[in-house]
Amino acid sequence: MSSSRIAEHVRNIPRSGIRDFFEIVQSMKGVISLGIGEPDFVTPWHIREAAIYSLEKGKTGYTSNLGTPRLRRAIAKYVEQYFAVEYNPHDEIIVTVGVSEAIDLALRSLLNPGDEVLYHEPCYVSYSPSIQLAGGVPVAVSTHSKDEFSLKVSDLEKAVTPKTRVLMLNFPTNPTGAVMPLEELKKIAAFAVKHDLVVLTDEIYSELTYDELPHHSIAALPGMKERTLFLHGFSKAFAMTGWRIGYACGPADIIEAMMKIHQYSMLCASIMSQEAACEALERGQRSMERMKEEYRLRRNYIVSSLNEAGIPCHLPKGAFYVFPDIRATGLSSKDFSLQLLDAKKVAVVPGTAFGSSGEGYVRCSYAAGMDQIKLACERITEFVRDIPRTAS
Amino acid sequence: MDSLIRILKQNSAIPRADLARQLGLSEPELTAKITKLESGGTILGYHAVINREKWDTDAVTAVIEVRVTPEREGGFDRIANRIAGFEEVQSVYLMSGGHDLMVVVEGANLREVASFVADKLSTIEAVQSCATHFRLKTYKENGMLHAVEEATERLSVTP
Repeated sequence: MSSSRIAEHVRNIPRSGIRDFFEIVQSMKGVISLGIGEPDFVTPWHIREAAIYSLEKGKTGYTSNLGTPRLRRAIAKYVEQYFAVEYNPHDEIIVTVGVSEAIDLALRSLLNPGDEVLYHEPCYVSYSPSIQLAGGVPVAVSTHSKDEFSLKVSDLEKAVTPKTRVLMLNFPTNPTGAVMPLEELKKIAAFAVKHDLVVLTDEIYSELTYDELPHHSIAALPGMKERTLFLHGFSKAFAMTGWRIGYACGPADIIEAMMKIHQYSMLCASIMSQEAACEALERGQRSMERMKEEYRLRRNYIVSSLNEAGIPCHLPKGAFYVFPDIRATGLSSKDFSLQLLDAKKVAVVPGTAFGSSGEGYVRCSYAAGMDQIKLACERITEFVRDIPRTAS
Repeated sequence: MDSLIRILKQNSAIPRADLARQLGLSEPELTAKITKLESGGTILGYHAVINREKWDTDAVTAVIEVRVTPEREGGFDRIANRIAGFEEVQSVYLMSGGHDLMVVVEGANLREVASFVADKLSTIEAVQSCATHFRLKTYKENGMLHAVEEATERLSVTP
Protein backbone atom coordinates (compact mmCIF):
# COMPACT_ATOMS: atom_id res chain seq x y z
CA MET A 1 0.00 0.00 0.00
CA SER A 2 1.22 3.45 -0.76
CA SER A 3 1.60 5.98 1.98
CA SER A 4 -1.24 7.95 0.39
CA ARG A 5 -3.71 6.32 2.73
CA ILE A 6 -2.12 8.30 5.55
CA ALA A 7 -3.74 11.70 5.94
CA GLU A 8 -1.71 14.49 4.43
CA HIS A 9 -1.42 16.60 7.58
CA VAL A 10 0.06 13.61 9.39
CA ARG A 11 2.35 12.64 6.53
CA ASN A 12 3.73 16.16 6.54
CA ILE A 13 4.92 15.88 10.14
CA PRO A 14 8.62 14.95 10.10
CA ARG A 15 9.83 12.01 12.15
CA SER A 16 11.24 13.07 15.50
CA GLY A 17 15.03 13.47 15.34
CA ILE A 18 15.26 12.00 18.79
CA ARG A 19 13.50 8.86 17.59
CA ASP A 20 16.16 8.14 14.92
CA PHE A 21 18.88 8.59 17.46
CA PHE A 22 17.09 6.42 19.99
CA GLU A 23 17.07 3.52 17.55
CA ILE A 24 20.80 3.70 16.99
CA VAL A 25 21.42 3.77 20.74
CA GLN A 26 19.02 0.89 21.36
CA SER A 27 20.98 -1.30 18.94
CA MET A 28 24.21 -0.88 20.96
CA LYS A 29 25.25 -2.53 24.19
CA GLY A 30 26.92 -1.00 27.24
CA VAL A 31 26.00 2.59 26.43
CA ILE A 32 26.04 5.21 29.19
CA SER A 33 23.10 7.41 28.43
CA LEU A 34 22.84 11.10 29.18
CA GLY A 35 20.01 11.13 26.67
CA ILE A 36 17.15 10.49 29.02
CA GLY A 37 14.54 13.17 29.62
CA GLU A 38 13.03 11.63 32.71
CA PRO A 39 14.04 11.29 36.36
CA ASP A 40 16.18 8.24 37.12
CA PHE A 41 14.40 7.98 40.45
CA VAL A 42 11.55 5.55 40.92
CA THR A 43 8.36 7.29 42.07
CA PRO A 44 8.70 7.80 45.85
CA TRP A 45 7.34 4.85 47.79
CA HIS A 46 4.62 6.75 49.65
CA ILE A 47 3.09 7.73 46.29
CA ARG A 48 3.26 4.18 44.92
CA GLU A 49 1.82 2.90 48.17
CA ALA A 50 -1.12 5.30 47.96
CA ALA A 51 -1.91 4.00 44.47
CA ILE A 52 -1.74 0.40 45.67
CA TYR A 53 -4.08 1.26 48.52
CA SER A 54 -6.57 2.86 46.15
CA LEU A 55 -6.59 -0.34 44.05
CA GLU A 56 -7.14 -2.40 47.18
CA LYS A 57 -10.10 -0.21 48.03
CA GLY A 58 -11.55 -0.93 44.60
CA LYS A 59 -11.09 2.50 43.06
CA THR A 60 -11.08 1.31 39.47
CA GLY A 61 -13.86 3.25 37.74
CA TYR A 62 -14.13 6.29 35.51
CA THR A 63 -13.85 9.67 37.17
CA SER A 64 -15.43 13.00 36.32
CA ASN A 65 -14.19 14.20 32.92
CA LEU A 66 -12.42 17.06 34.65
CA GLY A 67 -10.74 14.70 37.14
CA THR A 68 -11.68 13.74 40.70
CA PRO A 69 -12.90 16.65 42.84
CA ARG A 70 -10.31 15.72 45.48
CA LEU A 71 -7.44 16.01 43.01
CA ARG A 72 -8.76 19.27 41.56
CA ARG A 73 -9.00 20.74 45.05
CA ALA A 74 -5.45 19.56 45.80
CA ILE A 75 -4.21 21.12 42.56
CA ALA A 76 -5.94 24.43 43.35
CA LYS A 77 -4.32 24.49 46.77
CA TYR A 78 -0.88 23.57 45.45
CA VAL A 79 -0.92 26.10 42.61
CA GLU A 80 -2.06 28.81 44.98
CA GLN A 81 0.62 27.95 47.53
CA TYR A 82 3.58 27.58 45.19
CA PHE A 83 2.64 29.75 42.19
CA ALA A 84 0.41 32.38 43.82
CA VAL A 85 -2.44 31.96 41.35
CA GLU A 86 -5.95 31.07 42.46
CA TYR A 87 -8.10 28.74 40.35
CA ASN A 88 -11.58 27.45 41.07
CA PRO A 89 -11.44 23.64 41.21
CA HIS A 90 -15.05 23.56 39.98
CA ASP A 91 -14.52 24.93 36.48
CA GLU A 92 -10.98 26.26 36.03
CA ILE A 93 -8.99 23.02 36.30
CA ILE A 94 -8.89 19.90 34.13
CA VAL A 95 -6.82 16.79 34.85
CA THR A 96 -5.15 15.39 31.73
CA VAL A 97 -3.05 12.46 30.59
CA GLY A 98 0.26 14.24 31.11
CA VAL A 99 1.06 17.81 30.11
CA SER A 100 1.39 16.52 26.54
CA GLU A 101 -2.37 15.99 26.36
CA ALA A 102 -3.00 19.34 28.00
CA ILE A 103 -0.90 21.08 25.29
CA ASP A 104 -2.76 19.23 22.55
CA LEU A 105 -6.18 20.07 24.04
CA ALA A 106 -5.23 23.71 24.51
CA LEU A 107 -3.99 24.15 20.95
CA ARG A 108 -6.97 22.35 19.46
CA SER A 109 -9.32 24.48 21.54
CA LEU A 110 -7.72 27.78 20.56
CA LEU A 111 -6.54 27.54 16.97
CA ASN A 112 -8.40 28.15 13.74
CA PRO A 113 -6.67 26.96 10.57
CA GLY A 114 -3.77 29.22 9.71
CA ASP A 115 -3.47 30.83 13.16
CA GLU A 116 0.14 31.39 14.12
CA VAL A 117 1.72 30.21 17.35
CA LEU A 118 4.96 31.67 18.70
CA TYR A 119 7.26 29.37 20.68
CA HIS A 120 10.88 29.58 21.71
CA GLU A 121 13.54 27.29 20.34
CA PRO A 122 15.46 25.05 21.20
CA CYS A 123 12.43 23.47 22.81
CA TYR A 124 10.68 20.26 23.63
CA VAL A 125 10.15 18.12 20.54
CA SER A 126 6.36 18.08 20.55
CA TYR A 127 5.56 21.79 20.28
CA SER A 128 5.86 22.31 16.55
CA PRO A 129 4.09 19.04 15.56
CA SER A 130 1.30 19.66 18.09
CA ILE A 131 0.70 23.11 16.62
CA GLN A 132 0.61 21.68 13.10
CA LEU A 133 -1.73 18.85 14.07
CA ALA A 134 -4.09 21.44 15.53
CA GLY A 135 -4.12 23.30 12.21
CA GLY A 136 -1.87 26.11 13.37
CA VAL A 137 1.31 27.52 11.93
CA PRO A 138 4.38 27.11 14.19
CA VAL A 139 6.62 30.18 14.36
CA ALA A 140 9.88 29.50 16.17
CA VAL A 141 11.77 32.28 17.96
CA SER A 142 15.39 31.42 18.66
CA THR A 143 16.96 31.85 22.07
CA HIS A 144 20.70 32.24 22.43
CA SER A 145 23.50 31.01 24.62
CA LYS A 146 24.65 34.61 25.31
CA ASP A 147 21.29 35.11 27.11
CA GLU A 148 21.55 31.69 28.77
CA PHE A 149 18.68 30.78 26.44
CA SER A 150 16.13 33.04 28.08
CA LEU A 151 13.57 34.62 25.75
CA LYS A 152 13.94 38.21 24.55
CA VAL A 153 10.84 40.25 23.84
CA SER A 154 12.67 42.00 20.99
CA ASP A 155 12.89 38.65 19.19
CA LEU A 156 9.19 38.04 19.76
CA GLU A 157 8.35 41.46 18.30
CA LYS A 158 10.14 40.49 15.07
CA ALA A 159 8.08 37.31 14.73
CA VAL A 160 4.58 38.49 15.68
CA THR A 161 2.00 39.09 12.92
CA PRO A 162 -1.72 39.93 12.85
CA LYS A 163 -2.32 36.17 12.61
CA THR A 164 -0.51 35.34 15.86
CA ARG A 165 -2.93 33.95 18.42
CA VAL A 166 -0.91 32.01 20.96
CA LEU A 167 2.46 32.24 22.70
CA MET A 168 3.93 29.04 24.18
CA LEU A 169 6.45 29.25 27.03
CA ASN A 170 8.43 26.54 28.81
CA PHE A 171 10.65 27.74 31.64
CA PRO A 172 12.74 26.06 32.98
CA THR A 173 13.33 24.80 29.47
CA ASN A 174 13.96 21.37 28.08
CA PRO A 175 16.68 21.13 26.60
CA THR A 176 18.59 24.21 27.79
CA GLY A 177 17.71 24.46 31.48
CA ALA A 178 16.96 28.16 30.88
CA VAL A 179 14.86 30.22 33.28
CA MET A 180 13.24 33.63 32.85
CA PRO A 181 14.35 36.53 35.04
CA LEU A 182 11.25 38.24 36.46
CA GLU A 183 11.98 41.53 34.71
CA GLU A 184 12.12 39.81 31.32
CA LEU A 185 8.99 37.81 32.08
CA LYS A 186 7.12 41.05 32.80
CA LYS A 187 8.10 42.35 29.37
CA ILE A 188 6.77 39.18 27.79
CA ALA A 189 3.51 39.54 29.69
CA ALA A 190 3.17 43.10 28.38
CA PHE A 191 3.90 41.81 24.88
CA ALA A 192 1.12 39.20 25.19
CA VAL A 193 -1.35 41.86 26.34
CA LYS A 194 -0.33 44.28 23.59
CA HIS A 195 -0.91 41.69 20.86
CA ASP A 196 -3.90 40.07 22.59
CA LEU A 197 -2.33 36.61 22.72
CA VAL A 198 -3.27 33.60 24.80
CA VAL A 199 -0.22 32.28 26.65
CA LEU A 200 0.33 28.55 27.18
CA THR A 201 2.88 28.11 29.93
CA ASP A 202 4.31 24.61 30.25
CA GLU A 203 5.46 24.56 33.88
CA ILE A 204 6.58 20.93 33.97
CA TYR A 205 10.07 21.75 35.30
CA SER A 206 9.03 24.64 37.55
CA GLU A 207 9.78 22.89 40.86
CA LEU A 208 13.28 22.10 39.61
CA THR A 209 14.96 25.47 39.97
CA TYR A 210 18.18 25.65 41.91
CA ASP A 211 20.28 27.95 44.05
CA GLU A 212 17.29 29.40 45.91
CA LEU A 213 16.08 31.00 42.70
CA PRO A 214 12.36 31.71 43.02
CA HIS A 215 10.32 30.47 40.08
CA HIS A 216 7.80 32.92 38.64
CA SER A 217 4.95 31.78 36.46
CA ILE A 218 3.66 34.27 33.94
CA ALA A 219 0.15 33.31 35.09
CA ALA A 220 0.83 35.08 38.39
CA LEU A 221 1.67 38.44 36.80
CA PRO A 222 -1.02 41.15 36.92
CA GLY A 223 -3.59 40.86 34.16
CA MET A 224 -2.22 37.54 32.89
CA LYS A 225 -4.48 34.99 34.56
CA GLU A 226 -7.38 35.67 32.20
CA ARG A 227 -5.23 35.07 29.12
CA THR A 228 -2.98 32.27 30.37
CA LEU A 229 -3.30 28.51 30.46
CA PHE A 230 -1.14 27.13 33.23
CA LEU A 231 -0.08 23.60 32.24
CA HIS A 232 1.62 21.37 34.73
CA GLY A 233 2.10 17.75 35.71
CA PHE A 234 3.77 15.30 38.01
CA SER A 235 6.34 13.63 35.76
CA LYS A 236 9.48 15.57 36.54
CA ALA A 237 9.20 16.90 40.08
CA PHE A 238 7.65 13.75 41.54
CA ALA A 239 9.36 11.24 39.20
CA MET A 240 6.03 10.05 37.80
CA THR A 241 6.60 9.98 34.02
CA GLY A 242 4.94 6.62 33.42
CA TRP A 243 1.78 7.55 35.33
CA ARG A 244 0.86 9.98 32.55
CA ILE A 245 -0.80 12.59 34.69
CA GLY A 246 -0.94 16.35 34.31
CA TYR A 247 -3.37 19.26 34.43
CA ALA A 248 -4.38 22.58 32.96
CA CYS A 249 -5.64 25.60 34.89
CA GLY A 250 -7.13 28.59 33.13
CA PRO A 251 -10.17 30.65 32.23
CA ALA A 252 -13.38 28.60 32.52
CA ASP A 253 -14.35 29.04 28.84
CA ILE A 254 -11.07 27.54 27.62
CA ILE A 255 -11.13 24.74 30.20
CA GLU A 256 -14.70 23.97 29.10
CA ALA A 257 -13.57 23.77 25.45
CA MET A 258 -10.64 21.53 26.39
CA MET A 259 -12.97 19.34 28.41
CA LYS A 260 -15.17 18.83 25.31
CA ILE A 261 -12.27 17.33 23.36
CA HIS A 262 -10.94 15.43 26.37
CA GLN A 263 -14.30 13.78 27.14
CA TYR A 264 -14.59 12.39 23.62
CA SER A 265 -10.97 11.33 23.23
CA MET A 266 -9.71 10.32 26.69
CA LEU A 267 -12.85 10.44 28.81
CA CYS A 268 -10.73 10.90 31.91
CA ALA A 269 -7.21 10.35 33.20
CA SER A 270 -6.59 7.01 34.90
CA ILE A 271 -8.09 6.94 38.38
CA MET A 272 -5.05 5.15 39.80
CA SER A 273 -2.78 7.95 38.60
CA GLN A 274 -5.17 10.56 39.97
CA GLU A 275 -5.07 8.92 43.38
CA ALA A 276 -1.26 8.84 43.28
CA ALA A 277 -1.21 12.48 42.20
CA CYS A 278 -3.26 13.49 45.27
CA GLU A 279 -0.68 11.84 47.49
CA ALA A 280 2.14 13.60 45.63
CA LEU A 281 0.55 17.02 46.15
CA GLU A 282 -0.49 16.43 49.73
CA ARG A 283 2.67 14.77 51.06
CA GLY A 284 5.27 14.70 48.29
CA GLN A 285 7.23 17.83 49.18
CA ARG A 286 9.89 16.07 51.20
CA SER A 287 10.74 13.42 48.62
CA MET A 288 10.67 16.03 45.89
CA GLU A 289 13.14 18.24 47.77
CA ARG A 290 15.44 15.26 48.25
CA MET A 291 15.50 14.48 44.52
CA LYS A 292 15.98 18.13 43.67
CA GLU A 293 19.01 18.37 45.95
CA GLU A 294 20.48 15.33 44.23
CA TYR A 295 19.95 16.95 40.79
CA ARG A 296 21.65 20.11 42.00
CA LEU A 297 24.79 18.23 43.06
CA ARG A 298 24.91 16.34 39.76
CA ARG A 299 24.46 19.56 37.84
CA ASN A 300 27.43 21.13 39.61
CA TYR A 301 29.51 18.08 38.78
CA ILE A 302 28.59 17.84 35.10
CA VAL A 303 28.88 21.58 34.39
CA SER A 304 32.31 21.79 35.94
CA SER A 305 33.49 18.64 34.11
CA LEU A 306 32.18 19.67 30.68
CA ASN A 307 33.64 23.15 30.96
CA GLU A 308 37.01 21.61 31.80
CA ALA A 309 36.61 19.21 28.88
CA GLY A 310 36.43 22.18 26.51
CA ILE A 311 32.73 22.14 25.63
CA PRO A 312 31.50 25.17 27.56
CA CYS A 313 28.07 25.45 29.13
CA HIS A 314 26.50 27.91 31.55
CA LEU A 315 25.31 26.73 34.94
CA PRO A 316 21.63 26.07 34.16
CA LYS A 317 19.23 27.35 36.81
CA GLY A 318 16.53 24.78 36.18
CA ALA A 319 15.31 21.41 34.82
CA PHE A 320 17.90 18.60 34.61
CA TYR A 321 19.73 19.33 31.40
CA VAL A 322 22.94 21.00 30.38
CA PHE A 323 23.32 22.27 26.85
CA PRO A 324 27.04 22.56 26.11
CA ASP A 325 28.39 24.47 23.12
CA ILE A 326 30.35 22.00 20.98
CA ARG A 327 31.26 24.35 18.13
CA ALA A 328 34.93 24.47 19.13
CA THR A 329 35.22 20.79 18.19
CA GLY A 330 34.40 21.66 14.56
CA LEU A 331 31.71 18.99 14.51
CA SER A 332 28.00 19.37 13.87
CA SER A 333 25.64 18.40 16.69
CA LYS A 334 24.69 15.22 14.91
CA ASP A 335 28.27 14.20 14.08
CA PHE A 336 29.42 14.98 17.59
CA SER A 337 26.68 12.80 19.06
CA LEU A 338 27.18 9.94 16.60
CA GLN A 339 30.97 9.93 16.94
CA LEU A 340 30.81 10.15 20.72
CA LEU A 341 28.42 7.23 20.76
CA ASP A 342 30.58 5.25 18.37
CA ALA A 343 33.93 6.00 20.00
CA LYS A 344 33.01 6.19 23.68
CA LYS A 345 29.55 4.66 23.99
CA VAL A 346 28.11 7.75 25.59
CA ALA A 347 24.69 8.91 24.38
CA VAL A 348 23.83 12.61 24.31
CA VAL A 349 21.10 14.14 22.16
CA PRO A 350 22.02 16.42 19.22
CA GLY A 351 20.75 19.95 19.84
CA THR A 352 19.07 19.90 16.42
CA ALA A 353 16.51 17.40 17.77
CA PHE A 354 15.07 20.44 19.58
CA GLY A 355 14.93 22.70 16.55
CA SER A 356 17.41 24.05 14.04
CA SER A 357 18.63 26.69 16.51
CA GLY A 358 20.05 23.82 18.58
CA GLU A 359 22.83 23.35 16.00
CA GLY A 360 26.23 23.61 17.67
CA TYR A 361 24.93 22.19 20.96
CA VAL A 362 24.12 18.83 22.50
CA ARG A 363 21.79 18.05 25.37
CA CYS A 364 23.16 16.10 28.30
CA SER A 365 20.65 15.00 30.90
CA TYR A 366 21.86 14.73 34.48
CA ALA A 367 18.88 12.63 35.47
CA ALA A 368 21.30 9.72 35.71
CA GLY A 369 23.19 8.17 38.62
CA MET A 370 26.27 10.03 39.86
CA ASP A 371 28.55 7.11 38.93
CA GLN A 372 27.17 7.13 35.37
CA ILE A 373 27.62 10.88 35.10
CA LYS A 374 31.19 10.62 36.32
CA LEU A 375 32.08 7.91 33.83
CA ALA A 376 30.33 9.75 30.99
CA CYS A 377 32.22 12.96 31.79
CA GLU A 378 35.54 11.10 31.73
CA ARG A 379 34.73 9.61 28.36
CA ILE A 380 33.51 12.92 26.93
CA THR A 381 36.75 14.56 28.11
CA GLU A 382 38.81 11.90 26.30
CA PHE A 383 36.64 12.19 23.20
CA VAL A 384 36.95 15.97 22.95
CA ARG A 385 40.70 15.81 23.58
CA ASP A 386 41.20 13.26 20.79
CA ILE A 387 39.20 15.06 18.09
CA PRO A 388 41.64 16.01 15.32
CA ARG A 389 41.56 19.79 14.94
CA THR A 390 41.60 21.01 11.36
CA ALA A 391 41.92 24.66 12.26
CA SER A 392 44.12 25.85 15.08
CA MET B 1 27.12 22.64 55.15
CA ASP B 2 23.81 20.73 55.28
CA SER B 3 24.46 19.26 51.82
CA LEU B 4 27.91 18.15 52.88
CA ILE B 5 26.67 16.43 56.02
CA ARG B 6 23.80 14.84 54.16
CA ILE B 7 26.09 13.35 51.52
CA LEU B 8 28.66 12.09 54.03
CA LYS B 9 25.88 10.60 56.13
CA GLN B 10 24.74 8.68 53.08
CA ASN B 11 28.15 7.80 51.64
CA SER B 12 31.21 8.79 53.61
CA ALA B 13 33.43 6.82 51.19
CA ILE B 14 32.72 9.21 48.30
CA PRO B 15 36.00 10.37 46.70
CA ARG B 16 36.81 13.85 47.96
CA ALA B 17 37.44 15.14 44.43
CA ASP B 18 33.93 14.12 43.33
CA LEU B 19 32.40 15.60 46.43
CA ALA B 20 34.18 18.92 45.89
CA ARG B 21 32.92 19.09 42.31
CA GLN B 22 29.34 18.35 43.34
CA LEU B 23 29.40 21.06 45.96
CA GLY B 24 31.17 23.55 43.72
CA LEU B 25 34.19 23.78 46.06
CA SER B 26 37.92 23.35 45.58
CA GLU B 27 39.44 20.32 47.27
CA PRO B 28 41.32 22.36 49.90
CA GLU B 29 38.10 24.24 50.73
CA LEU B 30 36.28 20.96 51.14
CA THR B 31 39.02 19.45 53.29
CA ALA B 32 38.92 22.51 55.53
CA LYS B 33 35.15 22.14 55.99
CA ILE B 34 35.39 18.44 56.79
CA THR B 35 38.26 18.96 59.20
CA LYS B 36 36.21 21.61 60.98
CA LEU B 37 33.23 19.24 61.31
CA GLU B 38 35.50 16.50 62.62
CA SER B 39 37.46 18.59 65.08
CA GLY B 40 34.31 20.36 66.27
CA GLY B 41 32.75 17.01 67.08
CA THR B 42 29.89 17.23 64.58
CA ILE B 43 31.28 14.25 62.67
CA LEU B 44 32.31 11.65 65.23
CA GLY B 45 33.26 8.83 62.91
CA TYR B 46 32.55 6.85 59.77
CA HIS B 47 31.39 3.29 59.43
CA ALA B 48 30.10 0.78 56.89
CA VAL B 49 26.50 -0.46 56.74
CA ILE B 50 26.74 -4.26 56.75
CA ASN B 51 24.19 -6.67 55.34
CA ARG B 52 24.09 -9.42 58.01
CA GLU B 53 22.57 -11.89 55.59
CA LYS B 54 25.82 -11.81 53.63
CA TRP B 55 28.29 -11.59 56.49
CA ASP B 56 28.98 -15.04 57.83
CA THR B 57 28.86 -14.46 61.57
CA ASP B 58 26.99 -15.70 64.62
CA ALA B 59 26.87 -12.21 66.08
CA VAL B 60 23.50 -11.26 67.51
CA THR B 61 21.94 -7.90 68.23
CA ALA B 62 19.38 -7.14 70.90
CA VAL B 63 17.34 -4.08 71.70
CA ILE B 64 16.83 -3.77 75.44
CA GLU B 65 14.20 -1.57 77.02
CA VAL B 66 15.51 -0.49 80.40
CA ARG B 67 13.56 1.17 83.21
CA VAL B 68 15.81 3.22 85.47
CA THR B 69 15.35 5.14 88.70
CA PRO B 70 16.66 8.63 87.93
CA GLU B 71 19.03 10.23 90.40
CA ARG B 72 18.46 13.44 92.35
CA GLU B 73 21.48 14.99 90.65
CA GLY B 74 22.13 14.25 86.99
CA GLY B 75 18.87 12.45 86.18
CA PHE B 76 19.57 9.62 83.79
CA ASP B 77 22.93 10.80 82.49
CA ARG B 78 25.27 9.03 84.90
CA ILE B 79 23.47 5.69 84.58
CA ALA B 80 23.22 6.03 80.79
CA ASN B 81 26.94 6.78 80.50
CA ARG B 82 27.73 3.88 82.76
CA ILE B 83 25.76 1.54 80.50
CA ALA B 84 27.22 3.12 77.36
CA GLY B 85 30.73 2.37 78.58
CA PHE B 86 30.38 -1.37 78.04
CA GLU B 87 31.94 -2.60 74.83
CA GLU B 88 28.92 -4.72 73.89
CA VAL B 89 26.70 -1.63 73.83
CA GLN B 90 26.30 -0.12 70.38
CA SER B 91 23.78 2.63 71.15
CA VAL B 92 22.00 4.11 74.12
CA TYR B 93 19.02 6.42 73.82
CA LEU B 94 16.88 8.15 76.45
CA MET B 95 13.28 7.50 75.47
CA SER B 96 9.86 8.89 76.13
CA GLY B 97 7.09 6.40 76.89
CA GLY B 98 6.99 3.12 78.78
CA HIS B 99 10.70 2.75 79.44
CA ASP B 100 13.59 5.12 79.99
CA LEU B 101 16.62 3.87 78.10
CA MET B 102 16.83 1.92 74.90
CA VAL B 103 20.08 0.01 74.70
CA VAL B 104 21.29 -1.72 71.56
CA VAL B 105 23.70 -4.53 72.35
CA GLU B 106 25.78 -6.64 70.03
CA GLY B 107 27.43 -9.88 71.10
CA ALA B 108 29.41 -12.67 69.45
CA ASN B 109 26.57 -15.08 70.21
CA LEU B 110 23.35 -15.43 72.16
CA ARG B 111 25.11 -16.48 75.37
CA GLU B 112 27.30 -13.41 75.38
CA VAL B 113 24.32 -11.05 75.16
CA ALA B 114 22.39 -13.04 77.79
CA SER B 115 25.33 -12.88 80.14
CA PHE B 116 25.71 -9.13 79.62
CA VAL B 117 22.06 -8.55 80.50
CA ALA B 118 22.08 -10.89 83.50
CA ASP B 119 25.49 -10.04 84.94
CA LYS B 120 26.11 -6.44 84.00
CA LEU B 121 23.04 -4.49 82.99
CA SER B 122 20.37 -5.77 85.37
CA THR B 123 22.70 -5.66 88.36
CA ILE B 124 23.22 -1.92 88.14
CA GLU B 125 21.48 -0.55 91.19
CA ALA B 126 19.31 2.04 89.47
CA VAL B 127 18.05 -0.43 86.87
CA GLN B 128 14.54 -1.57 87.74
CA SER B 129 13.78 -3.84 84.80
CA CYS B 130 15.02 -4.98 81.39
CA ALA B 131 13.02 -6.29 78.42
CA THR B 132 15.34 -7.86 75.85
CA HIS B 133 14.31 -8.23 72.18
CA PHE B 134 16.58 -10.06 69.76
CA ARG B 135 16.88 -8.90 66.18
CA LEU B 136 15.74 -11.50 63.67
CA LYS B 137 16.22 -9.77 60.35
CA THR B 138 17.16 -6.35 59.03
CA TYR B 139 15.15 -4.71 56.27
CA LYS B 140 16.54 -1.21 56.41
CA GLU B 141 19.37 0.28 58.43
CA ASN B 142 20.70 3.85 58.50
CA GLY B 143 18.55 4.68 55.49
CA MET B 144 19.84 1.74 53.43
CA LEU B 145 17.42 -0.91 52.24
CA HIS B 146 18.90 -4.38 52.64
CA ALA B 147 16.97 -6.11 49.87
CA VAL B 148 18.32 -4.64 46.64
CA GLU B 149 15.53 -3.60 44.30
CA GLU B 150 15.92 -4.81 40.76
CA ALA B 151 16.62 -1.96 38.41
CA THR B 152 13.68 -1.21 36.17
CA GLU B 153 14.35 -1.01 32.49
CA ARG B 154 14.61 2.55 31.23
CA LEU B 155 14.54 3.73 27.66
CA SER B 156 17.99 4.97 26.69
CA VAL B 157 16.94 8.15 24.91
CA THR B 158 13.73 10.03 25.57
CA PRO B 159 12.63 13.57 24.72
